[in-house]
Amino acid sequence: MKILVCISNVPDTTTKIKLTADQSAVDLANVQWIINPWDELALTRALELKETSGGKIEKVTVMTVGTQSAEPTMRKALAIGADDAIRVNAEPQDAYFTAQQIAHALKDEHYDIILCGIESSDYNGSAMGNMLSEFMELPAVSSVSNIEIDGDQVKVNREIPGGYEVVEPELPFVAVVQKGIAKEPRIPSMRGIMMARRKPLKVVEPAEAEALTEFVRYEPPKPKAACKMVDADNVEELVELLHNEAKII
Amino acid sequence: MPYPYTPPDYYLLDELLSDEHKIIRSAVRDWVDRSVMPVIEEAAQNHEFPLRFIRELGELGAFGPFIPEKYGGAGMDHIAYGVIMTELERGDSAIRSAASVQTSLVMYPIYTFGSEEQKRKYLPKLASGELIGCFGLTEPNHGSDPGSMETRIRDMGDHYLLNGAKMWITNSPIADIAVVWAKDDDGKVRGLIAEKGMKGFSAPETRNKWSLRASVTGELVFDNVKIPKENILPGIKGLKGPLMCLNSARYGIAWGAVGAATDCYNTALQYSLERKQFDQPIASFQLQQKKLAEALTEITKAQLLVWRLGVLKNQGKATPAQISMAKRNNVEMALKVARETRQILGAMGITGDFPMMRHMMNLESVITYEGTHDVHLLITGADITGINAFGIKAKNR
Repeated sequence: MKILVCISNVPDTTTKIKLTADQSAVDLANVQWIINPWDELALTRALELKETSGGKIEKVTVMTVGTQSAEPTMRKALAIGADDAIRVNAEPQDAYFTAQQIAHALKDEHYDIILCGIESSDYNGSAMGNMLSEFMELPAVSSVSNIEIDGDQVKVNREIPGGYEVVEPELPFVAVVQKGIAKEPRIPSMRGIMMARRKPLKVVEPAEAEALTEFVRYEPPKPKAACKMVDADNVEELVELLHNEAKII
Repeated sequence: MPYPYTPPDYYLLDELLSDEHKIIRSAVRDWVDRSVMPVIEEAAQNHEFPLRFIRELGELGAFGPFIPEKYGGAGMDHIAYGVIMTELERGDSAIRSAASVQTSLVMYPIYTFGSEEQKRKYLPKLASGELIGCFGLTEPNHGSDPGSMETRIRDMGDHYLLNGAKMWITNSPIADIAVVWAKDDDGKVRGLIAEKGMKGFSAPETRNKWSLRASVTGELVFDNVKIPKENILPGIKGLKGPLMCLNSARYGIAWGAVGAATDCYNTALQYSLERKQFDQPIASFQLQQKKLAEALTEITKAQLLVWRLGVLKNQGKATPAQISMAKRNNVEMALKVARETRQILGAMGITGDFPMMRHMMNLESVITYEGTHDVHLLITGADITGINAFGIKAKNR
């Protein structure tokens, strides 16, 4: 059995986002890049499954669509414990584009379980995983909060309002996972980082693919308006302000 | 952790680090965030070293990162070692001290001067944290002048007899082994490995420190301890042995101090932007900006110094005097940054809610151990003039 984990290369979540002067793009100078947190948890669960599978899971592969600049992030995934990596050499444009690229690159590959984070922390599009399953004509389970392997059967917990349902999908399938999938991401050890040097990272050229969306302009959120303080005893003034100024009552 | 840790990189030094160095940095930073920051203040207040740190540092690979993989290390370069030290000391000097001692003062001498058998016996277990090591050089009567040490080994034919006492030994009360420096019958300094449990070997703890409170410090007392001959480090004779170990440790300290300073600076910068007086953030006042601007200037200089020193060390060209200069400069820098940034926080700065006082108190040890602040200045002085000014005896040597 083989597991593939799709990895998105995203700015560190503590990054202060700045825009270019014309606001047409995010200024990426001096940004630190990390593995998308949802993908990192998916990778952690994949490694846990492999380690407890008694050899049944032969490898965990990580995959990304990205330029050379995404390679440190892939090396980190290898340092954490992935066995090998694939990078489709293209600048990711939108979910449709990325899903097409991954589907194309996997055309002649076989993975039993494909894990995708439910969203990426940069654009939070939440679309790639399901699009990928459509392009690959595979079943998909979304909002996955746990995966267990029981013999030849894979059991997946899927979050629903008020609880979760247990799904037994046919293999291969795509699991779109959310944060409960693993407790916390693994920290690579120094020895893992050195071993990652020697692990294979395959670069494949992109397919012809189009993006269906275009980023036109970015706007930072408006600064918070000043806060007007009303004395706790002055209910009349509060009601008057809510009625005439805020116009919400 | 009051603020997210976003250390300054004013001169874009990140561009001089490899991708691997950055992965190393983020791994150690994540471990410090997850494991150290939630408990370090309490550990320091309670004068306790959380022992689980040893196992976790071993799992992380922070012990002996530059030791070859076949002996349990990671086979990394010296910049990687420096980056690890910076991140650990951002957490606390106690954590960096534990990793410094295990790496530079225990694993390094065994790797450099030890027999193949000693390397295979001790290094993998020291790397994993299964064994804790300590280093005995300083004595009650001999600190800056270790050449006058009184600890002796006497050749008894099939073994040596070790007598003497060592002081200010990081981790001695919890250590399984000690790399000890003692003079032999010919008056030559020799290195040996003493194991806990050997009859006559004790390691009482030194209590009531106002500094490095989250680190265990103690003595090593040897009363007719039988040392098997195979426990002598065969590859070195003379004071050069311990001094080479100190060089490696001082190099790590020069990097580590930057982490303590950036933690203080990062905290003060964010606090000053939030804290308002006279209806404006205190960061808008010139006197606060002066403190922040000077701190950043000094941090940036220190970062450049250790980066260049790291390049030289990787090339095998870093001299002991260059390492002394960096250790001295960077620790003093960190201490001053801790003091100045503490002032930015006003009264809040003296509480354990913020890290400045803890770093400041720790750095009083760091500026004293591994060669005092004064001794490092004399090393530079001797290097540039060719005249040794350590004392009359030294001058006449």
